[in-house]
Amino acid sequence: MRRVLAGIVIVAVIAVFLSIKLNAFRDYQIAEIATYTTAVAGLTVLTGLSGQISLGHGAFMAIGAYATALLLLHLGWPYYVVLLLSAAITALAGAVVGVAAARLSGPYLAGATLMLGVALPSIADAYPGTFGGDQGLTVAFTAPGFLGANFPQTRWQAWVATATGLVTLTLLASLSRSRIGRNWRAVRDDEVAAAVAGIDVARARVLAFVVSAACAGLAGSLLAVITALVAPGAFTLTLSITLLTAAVIGGLGTLPGAIWGALVIVLVQPYITNLANSHGLSSTTSANIPIAAYGLILILIMLAFPQGLQGALSRLLGFGLVPLKSEGVWGRHPPLKERDTSERT
Amino acid sequence: MNAPRPLITRTARRRALAAVALATAALTAAACSSSSGSSPGSGSASSSGSGNSALTASAPGITATTITVGSHQPLTGPAAPGYSEIAPASNAYFQYVNANGGVFGRKIVYKYLDDGYNPTQTASVVRQLVLQDSVYALFDGLGTPTHLAVVNFLNSEKIPDVFVASGCDCWNAPSTSPYTFGWQLDYIREGKILGQYVAQHFKGKKVGYFYQNDEFGLDGVKGLDYEIPKSMVAARESYVTTNVNVAPQVAALRAAGAQVVVSFSIPAFTALLKLTSLKISYAPQLVVSNVGSDPITLSGLVEAFAKQGGATVNGNQLINGIITDGYLPSTGDTANGWISLFKKVHDTYDAKAPFDGNVLYGEAVAYTFVQAMFKAGRNPTRASLVAAIEAGLPQGPAVAPYDYSSTSHFGITGTYMGMITNGALTEEGSALTTDTTATGAITSYTGTQQQAPASGIPSP
Repeated sequence: MRRVLAGIVIVAVIAVFLSIKLNAFRDYQIAEIATYTTAVAGLTVLTGLSGQISLGHGAFMAIGAYATALLLLHLGWPYYVVLLLSAAITALAGAVVGVAAARLSGPYLAGATLMLGVALPSIADAYPGTFGGDQGLTVAFTAPGFLGANFPQTRWQAWVATATGLVTLTLLASLSRSRIGRNWRAVRDDEVAAAVAGIDVARARVLAFVVSAACAGLAGSLLAVITALVAPGAFTLTLSITLLTAAVIGGLGTLPGAIWGALVIVLVQPYITNLANSHGLSSTTSANIPIAAYGLILILIMLAFPQGLQGALSRLLGFGLVPLKSEGVWGRHPPLKERDTSERT
Repeated sequence: MNAPRPLITRTARRRALAAVALATAALTAAACSSSSGSSPGSGSASSSGSGNSALTASAPGITATTITVGSHQPLTGPAAPGYSEIAPASNAYFQYVNANGGVFGRKIVYKYLDDGYNPTQTASVVRQLVLQDSVYALFDGLGTPTHLAVVNFLNSEKIPDVFVASGCDCWNAPSTSPYTFGWQLDYIREGKILGQYVAQHFKGKKVGYFYQNDEFGLDGVKGLDYEIPKSMVAARESYVTTNVNVAPQVAALRAAGAQVVVSFSIPAFTALLKLTSLKISYAPQLVVSNVGSDPITLSGLVEAFAKQGGATVNGNQLINGIITDGYLPSTGDTANGWISLFKKVHDTYDAKAPFDGNVLYGEAVAYTFVQAMFKAGRNPTRASLVAAIEAGLPQGPAVAPYDYSSTSHFGITGTYMGMITNGALTEEGSALTTDTTATGAITSYTGTQQQAPASGIPSP
């Protein structure tokens, strides 16, 4: 745990340093990275640790985002209260989904969460009076007065998002080393054995969904304030799949992997678009290149480093930075498990 | 001016990149200054009395040789078919202007980024354009939900947010969004003009509405309701863009006995409405908003959708007789000076795209931007562009005047009615103008239509 805290402090110092040194757009990107890290960390715990898949995490982010927008709009409470409340509301939704999910596994669970991811954002369209329909709700968020009138908004957003992300990572790291984390791993690896050992399997699985949803709720709330808008278009199926992709690219089940994954999803697209533009390709062509590049990166990483960037890093550096080493996404999926086992020995 | 670049970069090693960049910059500067010195455009600019003062970097995004503007556009994703043609068409017109003297000698650099019609992505790319690339203005940002995501940000950063590509009345908020300006005919005015036509020409018939369930459709319905008596409306059916099954809505329209269906829909949903009606042998008279009625886009979509369902149809034949409106001249009206100008620019700089309503839109809105830039002065600031537009712009290619003033940021105020015949829009009668109030009269526009300038570039 001391190593985790040291890591967190280092990342925090780097983020604050960068946010002051770099321009306002980089601040915005730091906030985005911290936001996606929060969501991906929750997902990586759910999938990598408790062995459940979710293709609907975008929907949980939507719940957190809409909760934030509505609370700020109608009650005008301070943001840190709203942030925690949004996480609580999303956790509640996670509990409801978790209860259903605890009965499902594999493709059925994927299907159920997929449905959630597709259907939930449409509720905003069904009740335009409350949720603002397709064009969504605008969110006002300003830096506190004591920082001075000229303090850049984006820097404050970067700080808030980074702080939230790092606190989340710390809590998740400590949770995963606790008895709860051990129970999740036990349930993931063998449900029957876990039950025989006295673990309440259903309860462990529901709890994983609650924790994971709370993280997505925090991320949704952050996304609402950094983009100043909550609209259904932001929470499409693509978002849910992007989050899962980020978790896999980073290294499923590893918390530092969540940071790598978030870096990839935030930075790769603008970088490649700029690269394509600066090589004289038309904007229409270069708009499509990041999508192809993204797929290529995913394929290459999966081929070269099945355990994601974090797995690659720990192998290259020769030690495990990662306390939550992934032991296969699907507890009982033979090819992955075999490969994982062989790498361990 | 970029021609030497590939040769250099192809052979250059990484270490030499900095040197190449310097060389390119020097070449670019040389090319720009020589063209501005010899071109007729800048010659007439200096003789028009605006002075010979040196060109300076008068605002962020403005240098002595360039004006950099940015935009967010759906180049990929659900709104890309059709709409992705708009920005390249605007860029084609800018290239035409650049090749003919630029704006007071400055060349327009148009940097448009893909947002996939996703508001979160819009927020991200617009921040990149403003905070990192320091664009002078945001031009023609496309989409209601997408642009709403950045309108507060742009106004708080005091970035001119000109000619939003959406007819939402939300862009007309001079007190809260002083930097934002609409351009195309807003959906309330359009609804009123379509509504009056329906009320007059289909007296005693049952009318059904088919509309997109967002600000676009709802504004349109608001305008329709101002003109069509409530007793005439037999059914009101809405759709969301995320659900392509419109069979329930079409069945409800038929069950209500609607003989005329007024549709505020994007092209894909106009096509679905047409095909779904065909399937249940229901053939009401369609009256479609300009947004969803571009004949080339529509006939292509009808054929593509039918093909997906295993049927072959003739798109042009199916969309024949649809009543619609147009606030720009019809692309089929080859005798019109604007159409021949924009066709010429299209053929030179954007020939790969079909010359359809989207391309016309992109070029026409780019023309308006060049008009505004000439009025913003030789060394423009962001404030001077806003002031120039608020002082009013000459009509240009639109068929009715702009509403721009310090109290109104609405754009085009009127449109003509027309019918799709043989794959093209045929104008019927003169342009009609109105306001956005419930009681405001709809009147024939009697002013003379502006002719396209011979140079193809607005005069300063």
